[in-house]
Amino acid sequence: MTDAMHDGKQKPSLRTANRRLALKLGGVTLAMFAFGYALSPMYDVMCRALGINGKTGRTDVQTVAAEPVDLTRTVTVEFTGLATSGLPWEFKPLTKKLELHPGETREVKYLVRNLAKEEITGQAIPSVTPGESAPHFKKIECFCFTRQTMKPGETREMPVRFVVDAGLDRDVQTITLSYSFFNIDKASAEKYGGTSLAQAGESAEHHDHVHSAPGG
Amino acid sequence: MSADHHAEHPTGLSRWLFTTNHKDIGTLYLVFAFTMAVIGGLMSLVIRSELWQPGLQLVDPHFFNQMTTVHALVMIFGFAMPAFVGLANWMIPMMIGAPDMALPRMNNWSFWILPFAATLLILGLFMPGGGPAGGWTLYPPLSVQGGIGTDFTLLSIHLLGMSSILGSINIIATILNMRAPGMTLMKMPMFAWTWLITAFLLIAAMPVLAGAITMLITDRHFGTHFFNAAGGGDPVLFQHVFWFFGHPEVYILVLPAFGVFSQIIPTFARKPLFGYASMVYATASIALLSFIVWAHHMYTVGMPMAGELFFMYATMLIAVPTGVKIFNWVSTMWRGSMTFETPMLWSIGGVFTFAIGGFSGLMLAITPADFQYQDTYFVVAHFHYVIFGATIYGLFAAIYFWLPKWTGHMYNETLGKWHFWLTTIGFNLTFFPQHFLGLAGMPRRIPDYALQFTEFNQWSTIGAFFTITAQLIFFYIAIRAMKGGAKATDKVWEGADGLEWTLPSPPPYHSFAVAPKIK
Repeated sequence: MTDAMHDGKQKPSLRTANRRLALKLGGVTLAMFAFGYALSPMYDVMCRALGINGKTGRTDVQTVAAEPVDLTRTVTVEFTGLATSGLPWEFKPLTKKLELHPGETREVKYLVRNLAKEEITGQAIPSVTPGESAPHFKKIECFCFTRQTMKPGETREMPVRFVVDAGLDRDVQTITLSYSFFNIDKASAEKYGGTSLAQAGESAEHHDHVHSAPGG
Repeated sequence: MSADHHAEHPTGLSRWLFTTNHKDIGTLYLVFAFTMAVIGGLMSLVIRSELWQPGLQLVDPHFFNQMTTVHALVMIFGFAMPAFVGLANWMIPMMIGAPDMALPRMNNWSFWILPFAATLLILGLFMPGGGPAGGWTLYPPLSVQGGIGTDFTLLSIHLLGMSSILGSINIIATILNMRAPGMTLMKMPMFAWTWLITAFLLIAAMPVLAGAITMLITDRHFGTHFFNAAGGGDPVLFQHVFWFFGHPEVYILVLPAFGVFSQIIPTFARKPLFGYASMVYATASIALLSFIVWAHHMYTVGMPMAGELFFMYATMLIAVPTGVKIFNWVSTMWRGSMTFETPMLWSIGGVFTFAIGGFSGLMLAITPADFQYQDTYFVVAHFHYVIFGATIYGLFAAIYFWLPKWTGHMYNETLGKWHFWLTTIGFNLTFFPQHFLGLAGMPRRIPDYALQFTEFNQWSTIGAFFTITAQLIFFYIAIRAMKGGAKATDKVWEGADGLEWTLPSPPPYHSFAVAPKIK
C-alpha cells in the first residue's frame, strides 16, 4: 500500500498526474483531428501551386500560333467520358485516342444523345491525368466551356480543340482527358437517381477556375 | 501481496459490465475479438466459396463486394486491434509492476463502446441496399453514393476509432506514470515498448481517419463537397487523408506482435534479447517513417514523378529498421538453447511469414512494378502475409505464452503444436498461390475470374476452409485450459524472465498493490 493503489484507489498525486496526461493526450487527439481537416486546404494549395490536380488550362488561337511545334516527339492523348447517374444521356468520345506533337492544335468530337423525353441541361467537368500534364493541356474550344441544353432525343457531336504545349515533361508519353457530365438541375437529377452539379457543389461559381479562367 | 483481496469483486453480469479491473477488461477484449474473428472468418469463407470456380455461383456480386469490405473492417477493427488492446490490458500492468491501468474507469468505457460499434457494423449489412461494398478503404465516390448501410459503417468506424484512442491514452498513461520504482524506460519489456509506440501511432493516426470519415458523412448528408468532383472537391484527396491514417495503421497492427516475438524468442532461446536498445530505436524509426510513406498505396492516381520517387525511397527505407528487428530475433536464437514449445513455434513461424510479407511489400514499393501489381491478388497475398502472418501469429504466440499465467493451467501442448502446424499449412496454402494469381493479373474484389486462374483459386479455397477448421482446435485448447488441466507454476517457462512471472498463476485479482523493487 506504499505506492500506487489499494482496492482501486490511486494516490491523489498519481491520480492528478494520470488525469493531466490523459488530458494532454486528448489534446493531441483533437489536434490530429484538426490536422486531418487541414489536409483538405493544404491539398488544394499544393495542387494549385504545383498544377497537379488535373484541372486543364485554356488558351486561344493567337497564342497557339505563336508557339513552336516540337516535332522531335509524339504524345498519345486518350479520351474518355461519363454521363453521371443524374443525367440520362449517352456520352462518348468519337476518337478513342490519337498521337500528336506537342504544340500542334488538334480537334476531336464527343457524341451526346439525350435519351430522356424532356429537355435537360448539363455541364461537363474535365480532368486530365497524369496531374502534372494538366497545366500543359490547353483548350481553345470546348463544350465544357458552357452549359449544354439538349432537346428530347437530340443527338449532337461536340468538339474539343486543344493543344498540348511543348513545356510538357518528356517523361509523360500518354495523357488522358476525361469528362464527367452532370445534370445542372437538382430536381431533374434526382428524378433520374443521381446528384446534380449544384447539389453536390455549393454554387456554379466554384467551377469557374476549371473551365472559364482565360489563359488557363 | 494482496491475495486476500482475491474475491472482492461483484460476480455475474455486473462484474463484467462495471469492471475497472485490467485483467477482467483484458479478458473482455479478447473474448470480443475472437467473437469478431469468427464472424470475419465466416465472411472469408463466403468469399472463398464464390471463388471456388469462375462464373457467378453462390452470391450475387454486390453481396460478394460487401463481404470483402466488411470482412476487412471486422478483422482489422474488430479482431486484430481489440485483441492486442486486450493483451496490453492483461499484460502491461503486470509487466511493469503496476497495480492496474492508469485510468480504470475510462478503460471500462473504451471496451464497452466496442460491442455497440460492432453491432452497427454488422447491422449495416441488413439495411436496404446492403452494407458498404466499395472496399474497406471507403474510397469515394462509392462511399458517398452508398445506401444507409454505409452510414451504419461510417458511424461504427467512428466508435471503433474512439475506443482505440481511449485505450491508447490509457496505455500511454499507464506506461509513463505507473512503472514500478527502478523500472526505467530502457529496462521495460519490449512488449511494453512496442505498445507505447503503437499507442502514440494510434492517437496520431486514428483522429485523421475520424476526420476523413466525418468529411464523408458531411459530404453524404450536409452538402459539403470535400470529395465530390462535381462540387469542386477531389476524390483523390480522400485517398491521401485515408492513407495518412492507413499506413501507420498497418504498423499499429504489427508492432505489438513484434513486441510479443521479442518477449517469446529470448524465453525459448534462453538468452536475453539481442540488441535491446536497437530494437527500441528500430521500432521508433518504423513508427516515424510510417507517416511519410502513405502515397505508396496510390502510385496509380497520377502523381508527379518526383512524388512517386520520394514515396518509393521512403518506403524502402522502412526495410532498414525492419531488417534490424529480424536480425536481432535471429541473433537472439543464434547459439541459444532452443526448445520449440507452441509459443516459440508461432513466433518463429511469425517472423518467417512476416519476412515473406515484408519482401512482397518491397516489391510493391517499387513504383513501376506497382503499376502492374496494384489492385491484384498480389496485394491481397502481401497484406495477409503481414497481417495474418505477423499480427495473428503474434496473437496466438502471446495467448499460448501467457494462457498458463492467466488461467493457472497448462494448455495441451500436443494440440497446441497441431494448431500451429495445421494453421501454417492452411495459411500458406490459402495465400501463397495468390501471389501467382496477382502476378498473372487477377484483380482483387471481383467475384468472377478468367478460366486460367481456376486451379490456384481452388488451392486457395481449400486452404481457407482448412485454416478456419483448424481454429476449432484453438478454441478447444483455450476453453479446456480455462476449465482445468495441469497446474502451471508461477514461472511457467524455464527461460521466462519478467515481473509477470513473479506472480502466482493465476495472478490475484489485484496484483502489485505494493510495487515490486526492480534491481
